[in-house]
Amino acid sequence: MRRFLLAGAAISAMATSTALAEESVEVLHWWTSGGEAAALGVLKENLAAKGVAWKDMPVAGGSGVQAMTALRARVTAGDPPTAVQMLGFDIKDWAEMGVLGNLDDLATEQGWDKVVPAALQDFSKFDGHWIAAPVNVHSTNWLWINKVALDKAGGKPPENIDEFFAMLDNFKEQGITPLAHGGQPWQDGTLWEALVLSEGGMDFYKKAVIEADPAALSGDTMRKVFDDLTKLRGYFDDSFSGRDWNLSSAMVIEGKAGAQQMGDWAKGEFLRAGKKPGADFVCIRFPGTQGDVLFNSDQFVMFDLGDAEKRDAQLKMAAAVEDPAFQVAFNTVKGSVPARTDVPDTEFDDCGKKGMKDLAEAATSGTLAGSLAHGHAQPSAVKEAIFDVVTQQLNGQITTDEALKRLPEAVAAAK
Amino acid sequence: MSVPYSGVRRGLQDWLPRLVLAPSFALVLIFVYGFIVWTAVLSMSKSRILPVYKWAGFDAYERLFSQPNWYMALKNLAIFGSLYITVCIALGLFLAILLDQKIRIEGVLRPIYLYPMALSFVVTGTAWKWFLNPGMGLQNTVRGWGFETFTFDWLVRPDMAIYTVAIAGIWQASGFVMAMFLAGLRGIDSEMLKAATVDGASTFTIYRRIVIPLLRPAFLSAVIVLAHMAIKSYDLVIALTGGGPGNATELPSTFMYSYTFTRSQMAVGSASAMIMLMGIAAIMVPYLYSELREDKR
Repeated sequence: MRRFLLAGAAISAMATSTALAEESVEVLHWWTSGGEAAALGVLKENLAAKGVAWKDMPVAGGSGVQAMTALRARVTAGDPPTAVQMLGFDIKDWAEMGVLGNLDDLATEQGWDKVVPAALQDFSKFDGHWIAAPVNVHSTNWLWINKVALDKAGGKPPENIDEFFAMLDNFKEQGITPLAHGGQPWQDGTLWEALVLSEGGMDFYKKAVIEADPAALSGDTMRKVFDDLTKLRGYFDDSFSGRDWNLSSAMVIEGKAGAQQMGDWAKGEFLRAGKKPGADFVCIRFPGTQGDVLFNSDQFVMFDLGDAEKRDAQLKMAAAVEDPAFQVAFNTVKGSVPARTDVPDTEFDDCGKKGMKDLAEAATSGTLAGSLAHGHAQPSAVKEAIFDVVTQQLNGQITTDEALKRLPEAVAAAK
Repeated sequence: MSVPYSGVRRGLQDWLPRLVLAPSFALVLIFVYGFIVWTAVLSMSKSRILPVYKWAGFDAYERLFSQPNWYMALKNLAIFGSLYITVCIALGLFLAILLDQKIRIEGVLRPIYLYPMALSFVVTGTAWKWFLNPGMGLQNTVRGWGFETFTFDWLVRPDMAIYTVAIAGIWQASGFVMAMFLAGLRGIDSEMLKAATVDGASTFTIYRRIVIPLLRPAFLSAVIVLAHMAIKSYDLVIALTGGGPGNATELPSTFMYSYTFTRSQMAVGSASAMIMLMGIAAIMVPYLYSELREDKR
């Protein structure tokens, strides 16, 4: 018994000494698909080279809902992970709780202020202090078109809503599903916000969605948005309800459907199927939204753990995230574009280059705004309240009149 | 010498049941009643993303009853719950009576009816989702046979989708209810039935006047089991429809989860949980009370 105890003590002593010898970061994230995991591998290797071990804590589930639930449990238990992948208003919510660490020193040293677009900094900073390291910028107002179907319809991508409907009519005549859509609230919301931007422009989007102005939410422009939504509903196939977005992408890839409105993560599906941008599929901004960009951005936030050694590891990780080489390696795989605007675009494909160019232009002209459907325009309570109205209108549960009446009410009730 | 020994022994006999029950009693006290109290406290706080303990009175309840979603959830629970309980019991009783006719292959049939219960709700939901999907399931297959106008698209119709949830739930649970009734039928004294036959009662009358009233304890168990399964149904809805189309299949359980964990409105979610608890209590307590009191007489 005594010998056993001694052996146990020796083992635990060894375990402590190895832990002391090597710094480590425990990272909570939801990048579990093949390409994303490979992209994270780059970050792991960079950190390993600096002597920081990586403890993986993946929680699968798109948009990170499950990951945020897991995080809540860890924080409530008083044991937060070192670093957490986070989106938009979640960052603000956690920052308000006062549990996040400060990255100001590193940001000043590396000049993040100059290279990260201001609209992104709104989420990476709280009270003027850097609290998160942005990894990428996704944008949601894209339209993905099957090239064969487009060529049969005249070959010219639509530039406004009327041309868009004309193209969909042509697809219908070709006997394919004109618009592939998945009936889940967040997908309905993604389509709705693209229509808001297209019908009203960036100023209207900011007024209606970001400021949640009741007049704009129930006005004539919003009526047009809902009318468009009803019209688009007629171009879906029968079984769109509850379909995952990647299955809709597959319909466009296989030529069973003509087009899909979805964020730039859809590109990964096309590339994995061996399709080439420009040759097999066409990526354009949603008709009527060229020049405007709705973004969402994955960021790593560092929890305040009150331990100098852990903080050192966190800073090393944040520095590795902002390393231009990692930004290129990660984003070429992920389908997004780098969060830094000073990264060269040579490694990216045509859609990626277009995305980077659009982002830089929108950042300078002030037409870059956060995406509602992906948590960068309103807190989740308001976001979901808007989803409720949009998805019910789209599914014909309520009329357009009811939707216009209910939208400002729902937003007010959720605040 | 024998006196203190028996004293110890008697003391142990007195204490043993309490000692054995103490751990589970403590666990139930903390993890059931403790958390009910905690949820009640949260529902009166300003909690949004994490629990905070700032008093907000009945604000969360006011918010809850201003949500159209909540009324949708209650309405759906009424439809789903009443269909689920009544159809499961009717179907289960019918199957049990048929199986009780001393047929030869009962041993084969019984497990066939029971097997759906062995599946998890997620499996049931996913299988029915594919089966009912108009693009690849039943509708598509029947159309492929040449019936071009055949339509069965309840799954994607907001006004009918809640009935598909009921169909899947009934498919899963009615075999289990059948087993409960079958056990009850086997417990009925055959002499009584013979006497009734001698008196000239028809089969129908025997079942209506003698067998079914004697199955009363089985009805009680079935209602209790089914009612709590209906109210806590969550995984079935999530797998089958995800709460959609729109919010057409929202139930109080899905409402509670989404408000607590994904919508950062923990207080409203807790308030909905308290209302669910009160709903169950309002139905079950009087029922249990009356049934159990009659048993004692």
